Amino acid sequence: MSETGEKLIIDGKRLDGREPEQLRPIQMEVKIINRANGSSLVNFGGTHAIASVHGPRALFPRWMQESDTGILRCRYNMAPFSVEDRKSPGPDRRSVEISKVARLAIEPAIFLEDFPKATIDVFIEVLQADGSTRVTGINAASLALADAGVPMRDLVTACSVGKIDGVLVADLNGKEDNNSEVDMALAMLSTKKKITLLQMDGSVNKEELMILLNLAEKSCEKIYEIQKKVLKEKYKRI
Amino acid sequence: MERYALELIEKGKRIDGRKLEEFRPIRIKRDISQKAEGSASVKIGETEVIAGVKLKIGEPYSDAKDQGILIVNAEFTPLASPDFESGPPGEDAVELARVVDRGLRESKCIDLEKLCIVPGEKVWTTFVDIHIINHQGNLIDAAALASLAALLSAKVPKLDGEDILRGDYDRPLPVVFKPINITVGKVGEKFLVDPIFEEEGILNSKLSVSVRDDDNICALQKQGNGELTIEDIGKMVDIAIEKSKEIRKLVE
Repeated sequence: MSETGEKLIIDGKRLDGREPEQLRPIQMEVKIINRANGSSLVNFGGTHAIASVHGPRALFPRWMQESDTGILRCRYNMAPFSVEDRKSPGPDRRSVEISKVARLAIEPAIFLEDFPKATIDVFIEVLQADGSTRVTGINAASLALADAGVPMRDLVTACSVGKIDGVLVADLNGKEDNNSEVDMALAMLSTKKKITLLQMDGSVNKEELMILLNLAEKSCEKIYEIQKKVLKEKYKRI
Repeated sequence: MERYALELIEKGKRIDGRKLEEFRPIRIKRDISQKAEGSASVKIGETEVIAGVKLKIGEPYSDAKDQGILIVNAEFTPLASPDFESGPPGEDAVELARVVDRGLRESKCIDLEKLCIVPGEKVWTTFVDIHIINHQGNLIDAAALASLAALLSAKVPKLDGEDILRGDYDRPLPVVFKPINITVGKVGEKFLVDPIFEEEGILNSKLSVSVRDDDNICALQKQGNGELTIEDIGKMVDIAIEKSKEIRKLVE
């Protein structure tokens, strides 16, 4: 039950009509910004994110360069109009943290060592927020990197899982997120099944935690299929 | 140094002679500041972190009108390490503060309803300010422990109408749970706790686990650019639950 006392699950279904483990309608597109090396759009229901990749490109100032590897920079940003009460523009503590964990989630997938002294810049913009924005942004970033032709070991796929009204669910929307008992974001290297981002808050015992991790892995597998499909369709005539 | 540390860990040993799942000696000193409503210094080996608690009257959030507010902030003071610079908090300081914040908030460590003065109008805002004094590794665990110890020593000031009577106290801060943050690192197939600075350089995956008194997990944060399997996470959480019992005894 939510803090206002409203039930979030009625007759086994969620308020938007979904089954507990069902994802929202997902829409993905690549190559939406022609001035970027790679770009993408990812919608999970009412959460809309776009991402672009600039690079690999020379890194300045030069003192920031690494002689034996490239570096990855990542910015996660929410548009002021993406949320109910206007968010003041620019980085706040939340987006500073998310930018950092998103970078670490993506980094293991990229052959950065192939680009000494260079940088790969990833920009994630959340245009409309309805829960699970960081994972939607990471899915978009991964697609944009692939679209840019950056050599990658694997695609990165992310999803959220949690517990609402005592039920374990996948892909939380905004209302569920705000009233969840547990809320977890996870990203993984899709084929290797290695977790590169994990954040959780709430209160959960070990047993349920393990069930949630497995549910997240299962949900990522579904999302990965869509990512692959979108890329294959875009590049089928090469 | 890093290669040496790595070789030792693979054999189940550490540079400083500890076992993999052993903490350095921990010393907690409470009430280190006379001006703060609560304060503590925590030393884990050479690592030193202090935390101070200040209370101020504020307005409640519109979605929690009868609840006090908790705000956690961290300063990586440049005196603590040659790698820290002055200026606004960088991403590591922001991350540390937010991980500590989530541990305290999600465990319902403080009974925020008891910090309401006039519902919808006036509540106590509890500020936890963390200062890193010496960075010799494992800052998050030290910062979380210092914050908890400071909250446990904190008192709510007396009010005289609108005014706070500083130095005069009404009651202890209503602390209900004692969440303990344990960061478990992974190197090869080995897991370890309480890494020192030299070891942190070789740990590409760490998991910070905040464990409550009832063994429930109330926050997780993976750190570093490494990879973990679900099985790894299970093992790391088990280690964290086990170690949290030992550390919690120090604040009881």
